[in-house]
Amino acid sequence: MFWNLPLIAVVVLTIIALAIIVFKKNLIKVFLGIVILESAVNLFLISLGYREGGIAPIYTNAPSTAMVLPTPQALTLTSIVIGVATSALLLSFAIIIWKKYGTIDIDRIRRLKE
Amino acid sequence: MPWWTRARISARSSEVHETMDLTSTLLTGAGSWNPLPWVLGMVVAAIIAWLIYSMGEKGYKAGTAQAEPFISGNPEPEKGMVHVRAGNLYWGYLEALKGYYDRLVPLHTGDLHDYVLWYLGITALFLVLVVISA
Amino acid sequence: MIPSFIVENSPALMVIVPLVAAFITPFIGRISSGIRSLWVGGAMAVTSAITLILAFDVYSAGTRLYVFGARAASAAIPPDSGGIPIRIIFEVDPMSALMLVITAVSGFAIVLYSLSSERSHTGLESYYTLYLLMITGILGMVSTGDIFNFFVFLEILSLASAGLIAYRIDGGVAVEAALKYFVLSTIGALAILVAIGIYYGEYNALNMAMIAARMQFSLLDQVALVLIIAALAMKCGAVPMHFWTPDAYSMAPSSITALLVVASQASLYGLFRTVFSLYNVTLNAVTVGWLIIILGVLSMVVGVTMAIPQKNVKRLMAYHAVSQTGYMLLGVGVGLAVLGNQSLLDAFGYMAMEGGIFHIINHAMYKGLLFLTAGAIFLRIGTYNLNRMGGLGHSMKWTMVFFVIGALAIAGIPPFNGFASKLMIYESVFVFNPLLAVIAMVVSILTLASFVKVFHSIFMGPKLPEFADVKEAPMPMLLGMGILALVVVLFGLFPGIVVESLITPAAHALVDQGAYISAVLGGA
Repeated sequence: MFWNLPLIAVVVLTIIALAIIVFKKNLIKVFLGIVILESAVNLFLISLGYREGGIAPIYTNAPSTAMVLPTPQALTLTSIVIGVATSALLLSFAIIIWKKYGTIDIDRIRRLKE
Repeated sequence: MPWWTRARISARSSEVHETMDLTSTLLTGAGSWNPLPWVLGMVVAAIIAWLIYSMGEKGYKAGTAQAEPFISGNPEPEKGMVHVRAGNLYWGYLEALKGYYDRLVPLHTGDLHDYVLWYLGITALFLVLVVISA
Repeated sequence: MIPSFIVENSPALMVIVPLVAAFITPFIGRISSGIRSLWVGGAMAVTSAITLILAFDVYSAGTRLYVFGARAASAAIPPDSGGIPIRIIFEVDPMSALMLVITAVSGFAIVLYSLSSERSHTGLESYYTLYLLMITGILGMVSTGDIFNFFVFLEILSLASAGLIAYRIDGGVAVEAALKYFVLSTIGALAILVAIGIYYGEYNALNMAMIAARMQFSLLDQVALVLIIAALAMKCGAVPMHFWTPDAYSMAPSSITALLVVASQASLYGLFRTVFSLYNVTLNAVTVGWLIIILGVLSMVVGVTMAIPQKNVKRLMAYHAVSQTGYMLLGVGVGLAVLGNQSLLDAFGYMAMEGGIFHIINHAMYKGLLFLTAGAIFLRIGTYNLNRMGGLGHSMKWTMVFFVIGALAIAGIPPFNGFASKLMIYESVFVFNPLLAVIAMVVSILTLASFVKVFHSIFMGPKLPEFADVKEAPMPMLLGMGILALVVVLFGLFPGIVVESLITPAAHALVDQGAYISAVLGGA
């Protein structure tokens, strides 16, 4: 039960994030939902890489050479970097929308339809 | 030569007896299609059309009433009025399918929430269908 | 003739050249805009050349492996890794090579076009940087053999595309379109990342061939499959997840819209690669095949019917892009539905897939061409509104010729290339299910009707007084359109040789999962 906690957290975070994205009207809150979704996915990747009693693959002063493969950590790092770029671009969109439309309410950002 | 090319060529030689032009003939499983006779036909049609066109009346005087369109003596409308604009085209089609369009067009709400909901909904639907059928 | 260094390292070079060139572009732009044009055009020409060299090599010599961080492709599996290819591998098979050809040709034609269509705009250094990044993303996506690497290139592509869709701001409307596109594509990419995590947790591998070799189709694999299919179908604009497509396509600069078409084909490639190379016969071919067919039919019908009443020419063309994507999904979906049944596959499955795949390259060419003509018209008259156009055939003759070529090709009129691929789809799908073929033909007729309307309202009619001093589009733009038009005509006149040499190998490479796996893992 206990070792499933990270995965349970992933599911809870995903549900929270999707609920925010779908129900919140404020653009910034929707972006926060996307960031939470990213965190959920990152937590999922990290928890996949967890091995009980595993040794980090750092060779200096390592007690043994049986080490954990660092791939999930590498994936997570990459994903975090991409997440930063995503957030930056989304926020810059929000700035321009605020300047041009005078609102960040999703219900009113609907000039393109049909 | 990769095996698929060999397989295709052997299939071709049995189906197409005349190897008129290997580059153009497209085998579609049920039949074949070659655009070159079509192009030839179009060229012939174009030549015939040009011949008919060249037999037209040449002895008119440009700039006089001879070159103006005949609209039963009415004055020629302005250029902007003559052109049928896009909004007036296919009115009958849209009117006939009004019931369909009245349902379809409002779905394109432009609301980001709806876009996301459709995506999540389709994911959920596919998940159910794929898991049940597996 | 070509140095062997370039041929051997072409998979790496084709990604490195645009990537490095992209980030040097802003600095070159400080010198002068003329040198920047030369630099960007040169970088794209080199990229296209390398890409075509690689594609030619793949078509003549078979699947190419490129192992990053190893001296030779034979070192795909390091001896101390326990049989897992841990390095990032590019695996370029004929299907990837086909996508490379599309990207190389369109990318080069569109850069030529951009050099003059964007000349009067500001912020060009970011425009070209993002453009080259998009090219990097597409080339990487279609050639990588590592699924996480696929995700990275997908994100590079979405970030660059979103930036370019918003590029003209347009009172905030373009930003709105980019926002919608980017929120959806971020959520989709995160879904793909979850699927990648599932594969890694289950099979300890990120290499697509390795995952394919170990594929069990357990419950988790089904979840991963659905996450990937739904996300990539959304990214290629399949109905009912197409809502972002008309928004983004209509608001992006026309040159970028033409490249977005190629980008959505890359997503389509990812979808087919997942279904055929990762899962292949392990999945429930009938269910997944029919899901893709239904997506395809919905896309065709809804796309074309939504296109007919549109007033904005680019929005109309965007709905047609949705509709044409449906043909590809239909063709390849039929191939998938009969996967595993060799006799049906031979009878019509391969033909349907070849039709669908042929349509990918045809669509990228003629739809790119149509968007470029729309951009040329916008450059000259400053509106996309069909109600305000008319009589442009008098002054923009070449643009009109190119538009007619594109419009006849998309409507499937012989002898253009759209007819050849549609004929293959009709005849093979008819054997599978006659109703689907009938729907496909009706959609084609509606497409023709819609483009007759567009052609009439843009080019026909008397020369309007408000457009009295409209000139023909500038030469580089005509050149860019001309390249695509030439491909459309040539593919239409010689469909046999194109299908034989480009399409059939691609379709067989897609179906033959064993070859995809053994290229990496050896003759196991």
